[in-house]
Amino acid sequence: MPAVQETIDQVRSIDVDQYKYGFETEVEMEKSPKGLSEDVIRFISAKKGEPEWMLQWRLDAYKRWLTMTEPSWARVSYDKIDYNDIYYYAAPKKNPAPKSLDEVDPEILKTYEKLGIPLREQEILAGVEPERRVAVDAVFDSVSVATTFKEELAKAGVIFMPISEAIREYPDLVKQYLGTVVPVTDNFFATLNSAVFTDGSFVYIPPGVRCPMELSTYFRINEKNTGQFERTLIIADKGSYVSYLEGCTAPKRDENQLHAAVVELIALDDAEIKYSTVQNWYPGDAEGRGGIYNFVTKRGDCRGKNSVITWTQVETGSAITWKYPSCILRGDNSRGEFYSIAVSNGMQQVDSGTKMIHLGKNTTSRIISKGIAAGKSENTYRGLVSAHRKATGARNFTNCDSLLIGNQCGAHTVPYIESKNATAVFEHEATTSKISEDQMFYCQQRGLSEEEATALIVNGFVKDVLQQLPMEFAVEAQKLISISLEGSVG
Amino acid sequence: MLEIKNLVVQIEDKRILNGLNLTVNKGEVAAIMGPNGSGKSTLSYVIAGKEDYEVLDGEILLDGQNLLEMEPDQRAAAGVFLAFQYPLEIPGVGSMTFLKAAMNAQRKSRGEGELSTPDFIKQVNAAAAKLEMNKDMLKRALNVGFSGGEKKRMEILQMALLQPSFCILDETDSGLDIDALRIVSEGVNALRSPDRAFLVITHYQRLLNHIVPDTVHVMHGGRIVRSGGKELALELEANGYADYRESEAA
Ligand SMILES: Nc1ncnc2c1ncn2[C@@H]1O[C@H](COP(=O)(O)OP(=O)(O)OP(=O)(O)O)[C@@H](O)[C@H]1O
Ligand SMILES: [Mg+2]
Repeated sequence: MPAVQETIDQVRSIDVDQYKYGFETEVEMEKSPKGLSEDVIRFISAKKGEPEWMLQWRLDAYKRWLTMTEPSWARVSYDKIDYNDIYYYAAPKKNPAPKSLDEVDPEILKTYEKLGIPLREQEILAGVEPERRVAVDAVFDSVSVATTFKEELAKAGVIFMPISEAIREYPDLVKQYLGTVVPVTDNFFATLNSAVFTDGSFVYIPPGVRCPMELSTYFRINEKNTGQFERTLIIADKGSYVSYLEGCTAPKRDENQLHAAVVELIALDDAEIKYSTVQNWYPGDAEGRGGIYNFVTKRGDCRGKNSVITWTQVETGSAITWKYPSCILRGDNSRGEFYSIAVSNGMQQVDSGTKMIHLGKNTTSRIISKGIAAGKSENTYRGLVSAHRKATGARNFTNCDSLLIGNQCGAHTVPYIESKNATAVFEHEATTSKISEDQMFYCQQRGLSEEEATALIVNGFVKDVLQQLPMEFAVEAQKLISISLEGSVG
Repeated sequence: MLEIKNLVVQIEDKRILNGLNLTVNKGEVAAIMGPNGSGKSTLSYVIAGKEDYEVLDGEILLDGQNLLEMEPDQRAAAGVFLAFQYPLEIPGVGSMTFLKAAMNAQRKSRGEGELSTPDFIKQVNAAAAKLEMNKDMLKRALNVGFSGGEKKRMEILQMALLQPSFCILDETDSGLDIDALRIVSEGVNALRSPDRAFLVITHYQRLLNHIVPDTVHVMHGGRIVRSGGKELALELEANGYADYRESEAA
């Protein structure tokens, strides 16, 4: 089994330290004053050269946010976040808006090199089949530092750029769609994001266009005490198709850092969006010190008939994950899918799942969730499936499996089902299993080491979901899962 | 080949093996018979290295190596194979995936490279054909939903592929139908060689008609209480274990 072997080798090559992206980059940064105020928001907006309407939008969100309270229904616990002890904007001092790679601080380029993220088009082109290429938008703290293949994509009519650039260059498109899936008032973290968001990607695929390559955004938090508030907006116009991948890492630090993102997807008639995430934020150490607080609102709107939105997520990082990528199935015959692998180890807490809101006729949804809990972690699946009155013929299939490694961790499944239409058919399956000592002994009796046996069983557990990822990422994700579970047996 | 001296084992303060002595030579097929609960499966687990058992005294040597100091996977690499009385199910892990992982793990321990997929498939197909196994079974997760007899065949298939030097068969005959008993026995007999030894645990003479043992040992109360040739099994078949029980009472 080469994949298993590769995983094991990978795990072995990383000694005590399991998180290999924990290094820090030394660059001089320009920051907003610490804390949150109208002035800070004006500062961010000015830095981004935003039009007045955008600033107003942010300020309205801020006013609203001041009246809101942090949600407490998730099965996670953490010390109170001091929102005035965070920097909301941090950008490299030297040239925060580079026009080409030559202008990017070499230290930052080195960072992406170390992370294995290709930013030089010529190097990517060498020896890679055209359909295997991936365009990357690299976001470093609060700004996008590079976006590749922009010109080539533009030839196909595809717009792929940092959202701050899109606000200036395509204000009408942004105005038409921003906040239409996740309204400014949606929830505490989304409202906060609306007030202070800094960068993220903007994608527009014109009618009938199949995006000629994978698009991806790589988020890196580097600066201390800084929150990252990314905002991503993807619009697939009628009959178009796009596959998008998001990755993220952060340095190891003893303090917690906040990441509160909003992602909005809009699929018009007959369009399809595949959105995949490999989330690998720093998870904190074995005692639960440090790590990212990941409070994310991701939602897709199947606005047109026959549209399709697929969320695939591999969640291995963060101290706390609070995340429910959802689909609003508005268009008749539209389809929403959610495939998830959530791995927790050490003291990590995961509360994640999805919402499938059936509004249109004959809408279908599918949820496959695999939770793996090890160490002293807590892993919760929380999901809502609902059918509204007009959702005649709505169908959902949900399968939620949990795998426990060791006996100090917890797995929980919290499904909510609401149906206001008698013709809706919702199916739900759930299992919880444990790698037993007897299974482990059986595998070892055949010559497999404890690590090899765990990798084999875990790979078997998650393979249905891994198959949903673009191939290159599936291999990466498989390695990542094993690394995250390093040291969880015995 | 295998030498067990004065083995004393307990689990949760309950003594199960009480100073067991047993020697199995290279090329030998040794049968162990004994009443339920006499400690036969325990002995096989302790040889293979299952965790829960506490070894209070004694030693187990395989070709001079001290097995008690080795992890289960190291013992497997040293040639120990246990065909389980109750084989485990591993959901999600395809049978072929499992077989390949096990074969490659053992190759690695011998310093050999990984098997190529065509070679692997060839070997599995050949071994499965000899055991008259249904190929569709191999497409399923390991042992999941297999019948009792199918699980036992899967154990012997693994034994045939891994080519271990010391094979323990714990009640492999239970759950097999008459034809399967013959097929599986032929599979075992095909593996008999001067370099390989077998410890065959069974309750019934019918298995020993197919796999004819060189020696027969009677286990009772966690000890080998009598040893003899193949005719000893026939005697037990006729008289049961009453003699041993009486001697214990006396
Ligand atoms: N985990 C355990 N805790 C307590 N007692 C145990 C445990 N495992 C085994 N035993 C006891 O040890 C004794 C020997 O069990 P073992 O399974 O070795 O017997 P056996 O000879 O294989 O029996 P059978 O012929 O029924 O397979 C039995 O009395 C059994 O109940
Ligand atoms: Mg037994």
